[in-house]
Amino acid sequence: MINFNRFTLANGLKVLVHEDPTTPMAVLNILYDVGARDEEEGRTGFAHLFEHLMFGGSINIPSYDEPLQRVGGENNAFTSNDITNYYITLPAANIETAFWLESDRMLSLAFSEKSLETQRNVVCEEFKQRYLNQPYGDVWLKLRPLAYQNHPYRWATIGQDLAQIENAKMEDVKAFFKKHYNPQNAILVVGGNVKTEEVKELAEKWFEPIPAGDKYVRNLPKEPEQTAVRSLTVNADVPLNAIYMAFKMPARLDANYQVFDLLSDILSQGQSSRLFNSLLKEQKLFSEINAYITSSLDEGLFIVDGKLVEGVTMEQAETAIWQELDKIAAELVSENELTKVKNKSESIMVFAEMSLLDKAMNLAYYELLGDAALLNVEINKYLSITAEQIQQVAQETFKKEKSSTLYYLANA
Amino acid sequence: MLNRTVAPAFKQVNDINFIKPTAKQLKNGLPVYVVNAGDQELVRIEFIFENVNWDAQKPLQAIAVNGLINNGTKNLTAKEIAEKVDYYGAFLQTEYGADLTTITLYSLTKHLPSVLPILWSVLNESIFPQHELDIYKQNQKQKLQVSLQKNDFLARKNFANSIFGQTPYGSDISLTDYDQLQQSDLLDYFKAAFQPKNCTIIIAGKFLDKDFDVLDEVFGGAWENAGTAVKNSFQFSEQEGKDLYIEKPEALQSAIRMGNLSISRTHEDFPALQILNCVFGGYFGSRLMANIREDKGYTYGIGSGIASLKHAGYFFLATEVGADVCASALTEIEKEINILRSDLIADEELNLVRNFMLGSLLGSLENAFSHADKFKSIHFAGLGYDYYDNYIHTVKNITAERLKAVANQYLDWNAMTRVVVGKK
Repeated sequence: MINFNRFTLANGLKVLVHEDPTTPMAVLNILYDVGARDEEEGRTGFAHLFEHLMFGGSINIPSYDEPLQRVGGENNAFTSNDITNYYITLPAANIETAFWLESDRMLSLAFSEKSLETQRNVVCEEFKQRYLNQPYGDVWLKLRPLAYQNHPYRWATIGQDLAQIENAKMEDVKAFFKKHYNPQNAILVVGGNVKTEEVKELAEKWFEPIPAGDKYVRNLPKEPEQTAVRSLTVNADVPLNAIYMAFKMPARLDANYQVFDLLSDILSQGQSSRLFNSLLKEQKLFSEINAYITSSLDEGLFIVDGKLVEGVTMEQAETAIWQELDKIAAELVSENELTKVKNKSESIMVFAEMSLLDKAMNLAYYELLGDAALLNVEINKYLSITAEQIQQVAQETFKKEKSSTLYYLANA
Repeated sequence: MLNRTVAPAFKQVNDINFIKPTAKQLKNGLPVYVVNAGDQELVRIEFIFENVNWDAQKPLQAIAVNGLINNGTKNLTAKEIAEKVDYYGAFLQTEYGADLTTITLYSLTKHLPSVLPILWSVLNESIFPQHELDIYKQNQKQKLQVSLQKNDFLARKNFANSIFGQTPYGSDISLTDYDQLQQSDLLDYFKAAFQPKNCTIIIAGKFLDKDFDVLDEVFGGAWENAGTAVKNSFQFSEQEGKDLYIEKPEALQSAIRMGNLSISRTHEDFPALQILNCVFGGYFGSRLMANIREDKGYTYGIGSGIASLKHAGYFFLATEVGADVCASALTEIEKEINILRSDLIADEELNLVRNFMLGSLLGSLENAFSHADKFKSIHFAGLGYDYYDNYIHTVKNITAERLKAVANQYLDWNAMTRVVVGKK
């Protein structure tokens, strides 16, 4: 159970407070409701590049990191296809510094040319390090445009290519800031050794004077229903053949979302899971095999991927995966197997309460989903799932015409 | 009117409270340390074994035992072990380190009576079935093949081997080492290493006397294993600096790793060297990050550290930089080292680093697990909590003059092994 209080400032900024007196630390987490899905084709990678620029100084404070480090704080951020999330941890006694820094960059950035130039380079190096200079690093750059044809999920957060990042202009940066970085589009969570009254005063002092800005209305291209099997074969200088299968699954707020999550757990969570035992241990077809969901806010993907044992043909490997998927669609999972994955989910949620930062991030994310209180009842949705529901979503999902498969082959 | 140009007042961190564990013993003498803290009804129990009987001809012996220890006992198959652990929502993790092998159980406290007997079987009755060993060998070889295509992996491996040779700290594992793994070698190692006299249990979370009684009931009797164990011991000597270059003509980025043998946690200069390291490459605002990432944009990240092992310490620096700017990055790194040796660190920067390190220490004591981790760092180095008192005192009081002297003693480009994988 994660306690919280909640209020909204006059400019529309939502604020949540989680009081945890057992720690001397505090966390300030701010989630902006903007991600790579809000980018335009041809200017992709921008939400993430922008996240880097948020550290390049704000209108009244030339350096973001230095004053924070000076009071014993640390910070970081991440961008996904759906959101951009920034967080600070620092000694609770110095929490006002976090308000000062975070509110000034919501007010306005410094928009320094030097920062833009440097961060374009840094992000290009990140692109190379993670996606281009690694074996299998470009899988998601290939798989996304195969699985999605219209929706902006067809590009990865890092962007479609280096050139789009290299071409980012200051005018684009300013327009992006104006459109997305305003109080109405953000959720602030303060947690740790703080009091709600104190947070309220500080929020009113530092954040409330920021103009509300214009409300961004999201209107993304719809993904048409997939009706035919898709595949792509890639050859690369990698040691092993690999396969990546993507199936369409519903959006995060769909009533069946948790059923898909448990379905992926039955197939692939840990060494008692089905794919691990059948395909890796018994049939010895794969040296690695995974199933997982992308948990995205719009229509997501259910992924099965694996690296083939040398000598195994792609046809053998793919057939064996389909046999497991067909089996879970044809036969009800046992009560024992279902209880096992439910217990595991329950346990994972209790362990997540060990970390102050995780608690703050989760509150922000569930508030974005509609109500932070959903976080505390999420487990009930998992515990009420039946074997019939698992079977039904497996039947609806694991169809050839809903699949997109990437064959990633080692150059001979 | 709110003045946003002025920073709010702040305080330096003053009180840092460590939760020290309670020392106990099982009936058979096995030492147990308990950090009983936290609101959640969960617990982490670590069984920590010192690595023994190092044989350079069989570098994978201890690693493979660790990898396969939960893959079959006298009465349970690998799948049955995993199913039982998973059924109770528990997690069983095995981790091999250069000095210690750790088998960790994460569990809701209420399930300990059901889960601990499974763990007892794993630690006492593992049989390392041949068919599991065959799968392990095949799949680990495939993983290694993928790793060998990563420049940062090659840089790390060549750096460690250059400094530490064929020891657990630097052993250059190749595909053929997997082919030579024998079931009998695994059983020999298991019998020697997995005994109460070679084990320490560290517990963190909600763990009361009644839970200790359950633990004692399961693990406090005689264990099955009784092989001969000789603790590993190594000595290393300082080397001349040198360049190792592995050319990859197609590389978009070059991996750089450099460093040298240094001091470990037990040395009196260690806290001072940690502060110097922080300034140099130990945090986001470090000189390496400020220059090579934030000013030049050569890399996504660059950092340095001091690793403290049981029989050695070493200093290292690692980054991946654009292949076209690799030579420039190396020049800048050398420049930054030499500035620390020739110039005093300004008060403003040093005070910032002091505050940052104190805040970071405070933040690293988040929950019962992290308090137990702090204990492990000193316990296995043979140190007491006065280590942290001294560390905090040094962070608060060290002078720029002293740091310059430390830089001259421990930070020397010419003494480093400098590995580049990619293009120069």
